[in-house]
Amino acid sequence: MTPVRTTPFHSRLSELDDQGLYTHWQGTLSPLRYSHAPKHEYFAVRNSVGVFDTSPLYKYAVTGPDAERLLAGALVRDVKACRPGQAHYTAWCDDRGFVMHDGVVFRHSADQFLLTAARPALSWFEELGCGMRVELEDVTDDYGMLAVQGPRSRAVLAALAPEAESLAYFEHVPAKIADTPVTLSRTGYTGDLGYELTVPAADAVAVLDAVLEAGGAHSIRPFGEEALMTLRIEAGLPLIDVEWHDSRLAFSDADRVTPRELGFGWMLRGVRDGARRFVGSEAIRRELVDGTSRWLTTGIVVDWADWDRIFREAGLFPPKSEHPLPYESMVLDEGGAEVGYCTSFVYSPVLQRHIGIARVRPDLAAAGTDLRLELAIAHHNTTVRVTTAPMPFFDPERKKS
Amino acid sequence: MSSSHEFDAIVVGGGHNGLTHAAYLGQAGLRTLVLEKNAMVGGAAITEELMPGFSFTTFSYALSLLRPEIIHELDLVRHGFLPLMMPSSFHPTGDGGHLLFGDDHQQNLQEIRRHSPRDVDAYERYHRDLDRVCQVVRPLFDNPPPDVFGTDPEDQVDVKWLLDHLGGVDRKTMHDLVRLLTGSAADWLDDYFEHEAIKGYHASSSVIGSKVGPMSPGSGLVLLFHKMGEHDGHLGSWAFHKGGNGGFTQVLARAAVANGAEIRLGAAVSSVLTEGGRAVGVVLEDGTEFRAPVVVSALDPRRTFLDLVEPRELPLDLVDNVRRMKFRGVSAKVNFALDGLPVFPALPDTVDHFGGFLNIGPTMEYVERAFDASKYGWYSDEPYIDAAVQSVVDPDMAPPGKHVLSCFVQYAPYELRGSDWETEREAFGDKAQAVLESHFPGFGDLVLQREVVTPVDIETRTGLTEGNIFAGEFLAPQMYFFRPAPGWSQYATPIDGYYQCGSGTHPGGCVIGSPGRLAAQRVLRDRRAATS
Repeated sequence: MTPVRTTPFHSRLSELDDQGLYTHWQGTLSPLRYSHAPKHEYFAVRNSVGVFDTSPLYKYAVTGPDAERLLAGALVRDVKACRPGQAHYTAWCDDRGFVMHDGVVFRHSADQFLLTAARPALSWFEELGCGMRVELEDVTDDYGMLAVQGPRSRAVLAALAPEAESLAYFEHVPAKIADTPVTLSRTGYTGDLGYELTVPAADAVAVLDAVLEAGGAHSIRPFGEEALMTLRIEAGLPLIDVEWHDSRLAFSDADRVTPRELGFGWMLRGVRDGARRFVGSEAIRRELVDGTSRWLTTGIVVDWADWDRIFREAGLFPPKSEHPLPYESMVLDEGGAEVGYCTSFVYSPVLQRHIGIARVRPDLAAAGTDLRLELAIAHHNTTVRVTTAPMPFFDPERKKS
Repeated sequence: MSSSHEFDAIVVGGGHNGLTHAAYLGQAGLRTLVLEKNAMVGGAAITEELMPGFSFTTFSYALSLLRPEIIHELDLVRHGFLPLMMPSSFHPTGDGGHLLFGDDHQQNLQEIRRHSPRDVDAYERYHRDLDRVCQVVRPLFDNPPPDVFGTDPEDQVDVKWLLDHLGGVDRKTMHDLVRLLTGSAADWLDDYFEHEAIKGYHASSSVIGSKVGPMSPGSGLVLLFHKMGEHDGHLGSWAFHKGGNGGFTQVLARAAVANGAEIRLGAAVSSVLTEGGRAVGVVLEDGTEFRAPVVVSALDPRRTFLDLVEPRELPLDLVDNVRRMKFRGVSAKVNFALDGLPVFPALPDTVDHFGGFLNIGPTMEYVERAFDASKYGWYSDEPYIDAAVQSVVDPDMAPPGKHVLSCFVQYAPYELRGSDWETEREAFGDKAQAVLESHFPGFGDLVLQREVVTPVDIETRTGLTEGNIFAGEFLAPQMYFFRPAPGWSQYATPIDGYYQCGSGTHPGGCVIGSPGRLAAQRVLRDRRAATS
């Protein structure tokens, strides 16, 4: 058995990790937290600056005269609208219009793209590109990716690469840090002001060291998956194998979702009128026209007083934990009928509320709908009042400004 | 009199309780005026930029016991509420070693075991026993004290509620409660721990703001009180507010204004106007008058009953009680602007031990000895210090790479024997700095600026009598239905239309907000009764 994979930043980041707690994210060591206090790491991002090693994502270089044609026929968002120097958060579907994966596509030139993917997808794109003048290459091991996130991220990076000062939301630019050519992008998974650096693997540690040094005076610290989970739920960002499963691997349609059901309706410009076609687009068009979506995704916010009451009546102390619930909870209507399910749930320190990402019957998804969330207290099922709410829950102006 | 001088309610004092109170009254639709004598709101919860780029929490420096319902009811998040939980708590043990506690319970147990294998499970029991006592006390914090002297049927209902609540408490927890309320922290801690530094760590919260040592009866009550915080669902947890406690009171001010309240700064109230035994308004020191059928004092009980109104209009027993109420401030602040982080020799390369409180009182005996001098009218030669470097978790508090260190220092008795605070200010600052130097060698070289805030400064600037940070000491005869005086614990006063909402009423002090909230409920209930 090969030893578990580590990232190009691992040798340095592991020195800053006094916990030794890792998950195997895409078969790669990924710290749950670096210190005893994931909340400290969380606040670094919301209040200062933190770094996250996002290298385990798959990275595919897509190049050639037909690169745009391939991606336009595969990706849910219109990649033709993505100009060189821009990036798109996007997804791709199977032919039935169910979501497979999400990822970010970086357009470097007319015929050069880099696509990140949360799950392996090379053969999928190769098969779609059959007969096209396009080359696909798995460059996952060639690059490290370092997310630098938080209100101080601009100041920290601008000291190293002045391009950071004026880089717009979801733009990217070539830059040089520690004498290393990097791609600096205004992207991230925290819902805050933030950047990502795509760095040649061999020089990853030198770039990381430069960032940590520049960030030292700003109390920069690495953050792990625990902090990231709270951050991304506050940002209303879905996570594969939590919010949904790869439709090609799912056993039943109950485990599949369409882009609209997943909250990706905003990606579907030009689908309803048939102006844009990609894998699954016809099924999605019918879904839109016929109104056959089974669910819509919404935020839910827990009624704080009800939460406190049900725990206190059970003689318990009301938990407000930044550790998300590890299981799926049912969403009920006032009459107790199941009308949906909650896929992510966490206590938000900046909002001082329990929040969740839920999938509910389309007629109940309008913001401000009163529903109930099932949870077990003292080994007994009960429900707590929740209200549907738009996402992102937390959306500071600095994110895009 | 113009209408801009007429309101539904006037709040005297723009500290955190006055602002909370005004926000609630405004929410209920009352045209409310807050009058603050200083140039900024906040009272003892302010942040000041004493040096460019360096934000000092001049007095109070942490979000302690703020009740969660206030955050929600006043929608404070919308107005910028942002508590930064303290990720750690650091306690030098005096011999070069240290205790460092954090968010990982199992790691904390190992930290205890490093010093004493015997104290590990004691630590678990200690916290669980204390948590159970806190659960019993919590409903008492969130409701006004019943009037045990009242003859009204409603009072009987309140008393029955209390007796029913206490009747449901198991006998161990009830006994623990009484031991804490009446006994010393030392007696309580001795039952659990053997290690002097572990006792010292836990003893420090038993003396904050109070003229007691950990071995004095009554220190148990102070310890219990400081355990009542529950930020983000963690009992006994504390937080910094973004921008310091002044950042927090700015949030409250925004909430109050958003609810329609008007705040006037530099408006020192000289007295409450009464007509026929009713409060009808206030007059400022400059002679300006404002009128309202409800006047609420957010000041401490001395000022509420002896300064703002004519004591002769009050029942004699109330005046007597307020006169003999104990204030006796013993706390000072020494705040530093620093050129960099201090270095603790055993932890040269990390910053994590600076994430929360730095508790400089290595053993219980150290703290008790620090207390001794105050009994005889002098300050500690080696004071106890509760320090915090907020800029570590909130970099906006200082320029990049620089830091602000807030030090709460005890003991510094309000009245010095044979000298005064103007004379002793810097000598006292030197004592505090010497203690820091002994734990963080080279500390002095980092100091860019030092601010010594004496008990007299606290009194002069905030109005807190004798510089007592709680607006009345935490002594059993000054708590719950005796706070501030027997028979007057429900926010009303003997003068119709005149109310009290400051930290000198239940369940003040600390940054808790409940006095302001509960007093608002009382004012609104009386208004409904008057109009129905």
